[in-house]
Amino acid sequence: MLNFFEPNRIFAITSKAPKYVFFIFILVLIIGLVEALVISPEDYIQSHSVRIMYVHVPAAWISIGIFSIISILSFGILLLKIKNFSLVAKSLAPSGLVFNIIALVTGSIWGKPTWGTWWAWDARITSMLILLLFYLIYILAWRIFENTNQVNKITSFIAILGLINVPIIKFSVDWWSTLHQPASINLLSETSIHSSMLIPLSIMTAAFTLFALLIFLMKYNTELIKIKNKGLDRL
Amino acid sequence: MINEIISMNGYGAYVWSAFSFTLISFAVLYTVIKIQLVKEQRKIKQKFAILNYKKIKIAKTQNIYREILDNTSISKI
Repeated sequence: MLNFFEPNRIFAITSKAPKYVFFIFILVLIIGLVEALVISPEDYIQSHSVRIMYVHVPAAWISIGIFSIISILSFGILLLKIKNFSLVAKSLAPSGLVFNIIALVTGSIWGKPTWGTWWAWDARITSMLILLLFYLIYILAWRIFENTNQVNKITSFIAILGLINVPIIKFSVDWWSTLHQPASINLLSETSIHSSMLIPLSIMTAAFTLFALLIFLMKYNTELIKIKNKGLDRL
Repeated sequence: MINEIISMNGYGAYVWSAFSFTLISFAVLYTVIKIQLVKEQRKIKQKFAILNYKKIKIAKTQNIYREILDNTSISKI
């Protein structure tokens, strides 16, 4: 089973997949943008500013999701010593970072008409900013350290430490009194968002996921070719 | 209709700037990653060009080298 994760086996798929993923991403993104900007209704309180939700929420979800995956893979790197996991984790980080920045910036833009301020040191926003710092430290560690064993251990440690922040982000709106509204979508209980808004939100989430997958595949191929380049030097 | 979509009851500036920022971020990230990929593909192609026949033969016994070269957008060996 673990042989499946061998880069030599996966590369045959990852090298061909980006062009198909790119095509599907563009298609889904166009449908999502039309739904989000034209078809979906305005909110009775927030009016049209609610449309920012269609980029803010998926970006936040995906940035948290990617960091969680990196952290879980880090356990695999440290405990099971699967080296390809570090390559996968490293390739996931850039898109996670960009989605985190998008979530913070679009949240700030949404905050101005809704709360009357661009920024508040609110628990949810602050914990998302901490996640951004973890992403930056994680990516910087890959650039600073050159020894493979050392960098694998350090980056895994950073990711596992950052995992503590993930439930804080999730439950911050319940634990503290915050400006940020509580979750409208819950997998375990009834969703308080109307289907006319849930559909564009789902399509935009699918588009953003496809983009994250596209960037991951391209970055993973780059890293693999980099390794193989070094291999040629040793021939 | 178009004016309504652009102005969005006075929220247009906020909505359009949020969507623009997102799409520009996507474009920048895609371009940066694509440049890195093409750079590495070019490097491996240049290295193959200076390898002697014996070393090329050894390298090509590994399927991954064949895959890389087959999927290199800049050249096919």
